[in-house]
Amino acid sequence: MSPSAIALTTIFAIVAIGGGIGFVAGLHRKMDLEQWSVGGRGFGPLLMYLLLAGEIYTTFSFLGASGWAYSRGGPTLYILAYITLAYVVSFFILPPLWELGRKHKLQTQSDFFNMRYGNKYLGAFVCGVGVVFLLPYFQLQVTGLGIIVSIASFDGIGRTPAMVISIVVIAAFVFASGIRAIAWVSILKDALMLLAAVSIGIAVPYVYFGGIGPMFAALARSRPAHLTMPGATADLGHPWYITTVLLTSLGLYMWPQGFAANFTAKSADTVRRNAVLMPLYTITLAFIFFVGFTAVLVVPGLADGDLSLLTIVRRTFPPWFLGVIGGAGALTAMVPAAIMVLAASTLFAKNLYRPLFAPGMTDDAVAKLARWMVVVLSLIGLYLAVYRSTTLVSLLLLGYAGVTQFFPGVILGLFWKRATMAGVFTGLIAGVGTVALLTLSNHDPLFGWSAGFVALCLNFLIATGLSFIQPLKDSIATPARA
Amino acid sequence: MTVPVKKPSPIALLLGLIPFIAMCLSVPLWDRIYPMILGLPFNLAWLLSWTVLTSLCLVGAYRMEARRDDDHREDK
Repeated sequence: MSPSAIALTTIFAIVAIGGGIGFVAGLHRKMDLEQWSVGGRGFGPLLMYLLLAGEIYTTFSFLGASGWAYSRGGPTLYILAYITLAYVVSFFILPPLWELGRKHKLQTQSDFFNMRYGNKYLGAFVCGVGVVFLLPYFQLQVTGLGIIVSIASFDGIGRTPAMVISIVVIAAFVFASGIRAIAWVSILKDALMLLAAVSIGIAVPYVYFGGIGPMFAALARSRPAHLTMPGATADLGHPWYITTVLLTSLGLYMWPQGFAANFTAKSADTVRRNAVLMPLYTITLAFIFFVGFTAVLVVPGLADGDLSLLTIVRRTFPPWFLGVIGGAGALTAMVPAAIMVLAASTLFAKNLYRPLFAPGMTDDAVAKLARWMVVVLSLIGLYLAVYRSTTLVSLLLLGYAGVTQFFPGVILGLFWKRATMAGVFTGLIAGVGTVALLTLSNHDPLFGWSAGFVALCLNFLIATGLSFIQPLKDSIATPARA
Repeated sequence: MTVPVKKPSPIALLLGLIPFIAMCLSVPLWDRIYPMILGLPFNLAWLLSWTVLTSLCLVGAYRMEARRDDDHREDK
């Protein structure tokens, strides 16, 4: 067998095992809307942990983080800080959200906004914004899959056909099985991901420099500026770091799918315990950084930094091992992609289409529409990945700039009884508008600040300001009592 | 349960603030290569140690919140 055939066969075998687990988990269960999208609210600590780990450790951390370590250097450290700090935020906001979710039978983020602020247009707007900003995140996974397959084929399969194959597999997987299947595939994915990250993080620097320490010593001698901020960039300095870490750590659980996954936990205590443990999982990201930093010295001059991890793995190891790493990477893209498509299509059907266009729709019809939306969104994601390519990290940051705009509405809604619908709605529109304006006109970062953070500040000021000046009686007109 | 929900205890919040200061706001103080720690650049070593310390801060916060929940139940 040729090297590319060995690598590709290994990848497809791993993906097939993952898919098989998913289909089996999805069999023999009655699939109503709640079962399909929140797994019947019965996940214990282990499955819940895997589900959360599964969607947070994505292609972004695998290929994107090493890609940025390679092409940008020091600014990449923001990833280690933001994920850790996001768990701190989750410790305080997820347990009360879970309680509300159980009390009011919430399944999605829009459900929360509807329940708290009592306005179906706000709920629908939240839904629309969530779906739109999930697209870059979904596109990221599809692009990553394309990179994996084309590198593993030793460039024999082009990126576009590779992405088409990937999309079909993801859509089929979600279409057939729903969230419980995804949680079980996460087990395989996380075990492989951990194994892959640690082994290449140690082995790659060892092969070329005799260890991680000597590798950093060599890099510090030849390219000292690469290891601190702003690294190889002009404008990603400390102000960018602080504003980006704040934006993204507040935003991690504002992703519609992360928000919805929280409702699948067994208890508020499960959620809190997860938050305590999860920072320890971020340590594995450092191993991915090691690979990217080694690549700076070993395979300099790649046009696309996102290729650096797989390029150096291909150069260092035999083809079957490239296949194992590629297979881990493929599952790492497919699991989150499946969760994203599932969340986005359920949201669209339940919180945008039904309330605005077809109030009389039954839950069964909503579930059916959601399934068809899986196909539609997959095709849109494919289109974007083929025609609008950019670096993986930039895609993620664009999504964050959007979804973090939900944060004021969530935090004020939870803890401040005077927060009003008008204030939160206006703030959200202003925030999303600012993100769109600054991003489309290429003003991110704005004077060294993350554009999403600038928008978030504006959003927050408007939401609190307007809520504050409204007469008190308007603000507690919410159906908040249990 | 009503909205707004019960606020977290001030001590738990303070414990949650510590990692934000250490890993985010204080970046100019620790973003350098030397001294290297166990072969890692100082900034990377600093952040890695804080992932563990953050977990410890949250263990403390968890204890605070769990105790408060218990007290709450006894009140009833």
